Amino acid sequence: MTGMRGLSVFISDIRNCQNKEAERLRVDKELGNVRTCFKNEKVLTPYKKKKYVWKMLYIHMLGYDVDFGHMEAVSLISAPKYPEKQVGYIVTSCLLNENHDFLRLAINTVRNDIIGRNETFQCLALTLVGNIGGRDFAESLAPDVQKLLISSSCRPLVRKKAALCLVRLFRKNPDAINADGWADRMSQLLDERDLGVLTSSTSLLVALVSNNHEAYSSCLPKCVKILERLSRNQDVPQEYTYYGIPSPWLQVKAMRALQYFPTIEDPSTRKALFEVLQRILMGTDVVKNVNKNNASHAVLFEALSLVMHLDAEKEMMSQCVALLGKFISVREPNIRYLGLENMTRMLMVTDVQDIIKKHQSQIIISLKDPDISIRRRALDLLYGMCDVSNAKDIVEELLQYLSTAEFSMREELSLKAAILAEKFAPDLSWYVDVILQLIDKAGDFVSDDIWFRVVQFVTNNEDLQPYAASKAKEYLDKIAIHETMVKVSAYILGEYGHLLARQPGCSASELFRILHEKLPTVSTPTIPILLSTYAKLLMHTQPPDPELQKQIWAVFKKYESCIDVEIQQRAVEYFELSKKGGAFIDVLAEMPKFPERQSSLIKKAEDVEDTADQSAIKLRAQQQPSNALVLADPQPVNGAPPPLKVPVVSGSTDPESVARSLSQPNGTLSNIDPQNPSPDLLSDLLGPLAIEAPPGADSSEQHGHIGAEGAPDEVDGSAIVPVEEQPNTVELIGNIAERFHALCLKDSGVLYEDPNIQIGIKAEWRGHHGRLVLFLGNKNISPLTSVQALILPPAHLKLELSPVPDTIPPRAQVQSPLEVMNIRPSRDVAVLDFSYKSGTNVVSAKLRIPAVLNKFLQPLQLTSEEFFPQWRALTGPPLKLQEVIRGVRPLALPEMANLFNSFHVTICPGLDPNPNNLVASTTFYSESTGAMLCLARIETDPADRTQLRMTVGTGDPTLTFELKEFIKEQLIAIPTSRALVPAAGPGPGQAPPVVQPPSPVIAADDPGAMLAGLL
Amino acid sequence: MIRFILLQNRQGKTRLAKYYVPLEESEKHKVEYEVIHFSLFLLCFTLVLCCFLILNYSQVHRLVVNRDSKFTNFVEFRTHKVIYRRYAGLFFSLCVDITDNELAYLECIHLFVEILDHFFSNVCELDLVFNFHKVYLILDEFILAGELQETSKRAIIERMSELEKLE
Repeated sequence: MTGMRGLSVFISDIRNCQNKEAERLRVDKELGNVRTCFKNEKVLTPYKKKKYVWKMLYIHMLGYDVDFGHMEAVSLISAPKYPEKQVGYIVTSCLLNENHDFLRLAINTVRNDIIGRNETFQCLALTLVGNIGGRDFAESLAPDVQKLLISSSCRPLVRKKAALCLVRLFRKNPDAINADGWADRMSQLLDERDLGVLTSSTSLLVALVSNNHEAYSSCLPKCVKILERLSRNQDVPQEYTYYGIPSPWLQVKAMRALQYFPTIEDPSTRKALFEVLQRILMGTDVVKNVNKNNASHAVLFEALSLVMHLDAEKEMMSQCVALLGKFISVREPNIRYLGLENMTRMLMVTDVQDIIKKHQSQIIISLKDPDISIRRRALDLLYGMCDVSNAKDIVEELLQYLSTAEFSMREELSLKAAILAEKFAPDLSWYVDVILQLIDKAGDFVSDDIWFRVVQFVTNNEDLQPYAASKAKEYLDKIAIHETMVKVSAYILGEYGHLLARQPGCSASELFRILHEKLPTVSTPTIPILLSTYAKLLMHTQPPDPELQKQIWAVFKKYESCIDVEIQQRAVEYFELSKKGGAFIDVLAEMPKFPERQSSLIKKAEDVEDTADQSAIKLRAQQQPSNALVLADPQPVNGAPPPLKVPVVSGSTDPESVARSLSQPNGTLSNIDPQNPSPDLLSDLLGPLAIEAPPGADSSEQHGHIGAEGAPDEVDGSAIVPVEEQPNTVELIGNIAERFHALCLKDSGVLYEDPNIQIGIKAEWRGHHGRLVLFLGNKNISPLTSVQALILPPAHLKLELSPVPDTIPPRAQVQSPLEVMNIRPSRDVAVLDFSYKSGTNVVSAKLRIPAVLNKFLQPLQLTSEEFFPQWRALTGPPLKLQEVIRGVRPLALPEMANLFNSFHVTICPGLDPNPNNLVASTTFYSESTGAMLCLARIETDPADRTQLRMTVGTGDPTLTFELKEFIKEQLIAIPTSRALVPAAGPGPGQAPPVVQPPSPVIAADDPGAMLAGLL
Repeated sequence: MIRFILLQNRQGKTRLAKYYVPLEESEKHKVEYEVIHFSLFLLCFTLVLCCFLILNYSQVHRLVVNRDSKFTNFVEFRTHKVIYRRYAGLFFSLCVDITDNELAYLECIHLFVEILDHFFSNVCELDLVFNFHKVYLILDEFILAGELQETSKRAIIERMSELEKLE
């Protein structure tokens, strides 16, 4: 490489560029130059090629796209001489990643280098595979790499690379290493004397045990031996001590490996380990040299987490707690940061609340530290250590800090303060105070959830209502208040303002005056709330106050022609209603109590966790069943008529909808059925806050509905249980039904997620075969146990799921391939019965597997010469079926074409002379039918987009029927409830085609959704 | 495990970038941009606090600038952690898993710097610029598959001279 003058000159040129523009010009010139040279193979000597490839890497490093020349870099790998080969390997591993197809070209060369005799080449090849090897490499190279690792003839140099290369291959494909055969070898590897090899081997062990600790239990004592050797500084060459500490990294690795074993049973091993740990805990002093200090504390913190993991004797635990207590007060920021972090973890394993409380003031100081990393940790710890006894102090601190905190933290901060206030409120008025203060101080960062929640509490607690009303009034008296404060105050005063009537300055007309002063300052979404409040104030004025009435009617009149539909509708309706006297009072009666529900705030906090990935709080939140003030009467509120419901609907702009809903049989998707949560993101909160009464019937459905928006009543009688309604003990993240439907149309994505686990899926389909891989990822820092996955296959699919390990280690992901074979056409869906245990919490879920009919379709575009003979050859039922479908979701033709294409039924444009018709074709694969051509024709009515005529023809009667029904489902259903329609049975003869009731629900004209918007 | 290692100067110029997880190109540039800007953001404080630390930009004086006394070397970055360390004008950043041992990786950076210092005898940024290919070679002897491979300075330096003889 010496004397590569061209490269140095180029680098100097770049450095001399005055500005970015000049640099870009120079780079472009060079890229052009390289490109020309690469094209002209003849003059391209290996030396030149090498030089250019280095230049490419340099340009790439500067941040420019280098989209050519990958081939040249890869080809250098097969050069016979070291200098070129080396460049090829290094540049390839920087420019490409495992997903590049080019890499496959090199597999053979790489393998030859690995199994060849040239040690230098072996090293290069192992490095490449270790850094960017993908699944293909894992499948073809693992045995060779294993051989190198245990070979006695290889130098340590090669073996340590082989060990880490194997780590990579194992991560890419855990099947690459067979635990049965490898466990003994692994154990022998840990007897290694050379510390370089041992360091790498320990990394390999960590990767292996994180997946399956049982198979490698023989390695456990070996790890303890390594620790003993290092901690006594026996047989540790000078070069492996770092500032006097025998390889701190190896110590950390060995202790990390031990944390994957649930416990240590052998008493002598346990004793030996505890001696080592004791020495580390006691013998680590703070020293002046930063590096030495860091290294020794790296070991110490790892020891701490090992002790926490082993749940050691009380004495040792209290030593740890004492140490952490010291750390959270030191000035050194790194140590303090780690002290705070580990203390938060400590809270989860043992009861240290009392000890931590002694440090409360110190932790609060850290909350004001200039470094955001520290503040975050302090916030987490304060949040974790909060209980009834210190909630007041801590929340007060959080509130105080809120005014000075930077924006990036305010939202998290206000959410946490709100949750703590809710969980640990010593009395309710305090809770109301805190939330109102929150809104006052950081209104922009207070999400709607927070004020919805306070409204729920106030509604459910009569004692609280006068207090809340007077507080709301107090805030309204201020000159400038946040809009959220206007909303919450208006709401509360509307409901409970009359309770203040005796107090001076609180008559209805005065309340109206101060509220109305705010109206010009608020945005459109707040105005409807104010209008509702006015209506309520008016209603509560007994005897009627003509002056007030005049004022309020004037407001209603003014908004009668408002451009915002919501405001306009309210203004008109309230105006009309208020003229009706008695009915008015019924309609605007006080809101009934809300059903008890889990705090959506806590749920949200868990979601926040997910991004920040601080599992501590998440776990805690699960461990402590919310001791929130349970105030709501769990019994259904009887006798509270849903006041506004009928009048509003009947006065609604769409009288047809009522007629329609009345004409529908019971139990179908009725428009005004209040029990159907509107498919609204905020339905959890908005639903009950709507003017309708809380559902009088079961609240269990309300609770279970998180993922169930997509499962309206039409599923009854389905063979497939609406899987989302399982009473899970965890909050789900995302909507399972939506995830399923998304996966029906694509091949990879998330199937299921809760705070503990994420199940991803990746699928490949070929003919009637499919290969799915389930990725089960543990999101926690504690293992998930008793993991079970069982497939409940429908009759038409053959499914084989590789066994899922019983335990998923912390933060690990296991993969479980699932082979699918389609035997005959059917729309039934396979279900995965999945359960696991997190701590003592058993979670189970039934998940539909997206191995649905359209996955076995392969797009196929036909020309008219190909299409029509086939079409004519299919003559009438049962091979060709025709049906007029009504109640179709109105789609423009291009949209409909996209829909068809999305499930692999290819639209053949231009075949049908009538532009309102679509003609489509596809190939279906199953074992019984083989590859079967499917043809379809859709005739639409431009005058009425809700109906169309569909003709489907294939060479198999069952397939024709199933495909027709399948397409129908896609056309009719609203997206979220699609495919939940029960299968009509495998044979065409068994079930007559059932015409689905038209599904009129479109969010825009759904009165339920509109109601939800009415506050 | 180490997700990526970045070596950037204060102007945000990348001097070394190595990814151990597959990332798209556009993603890489974004990461590099974000990492350096966060570091620089912290630097603003540093500058105010300890002006005496501002040395010749391109001069890496190991052990001179250990860290300023107010800030941690850890930044929570997306769902990972960035462990960074500043040596004069150069930032060395490692992105690791959230559960990884922070201090161990922090010292890992320092060990890498010591190795570079040994190899180039008194390393400076220019050494790294003009010999970036060598830096990649050294890194490959030090870290593999996102894991530490060798912690003996001597072993790595010896290996490097072995390799130089082959050229």
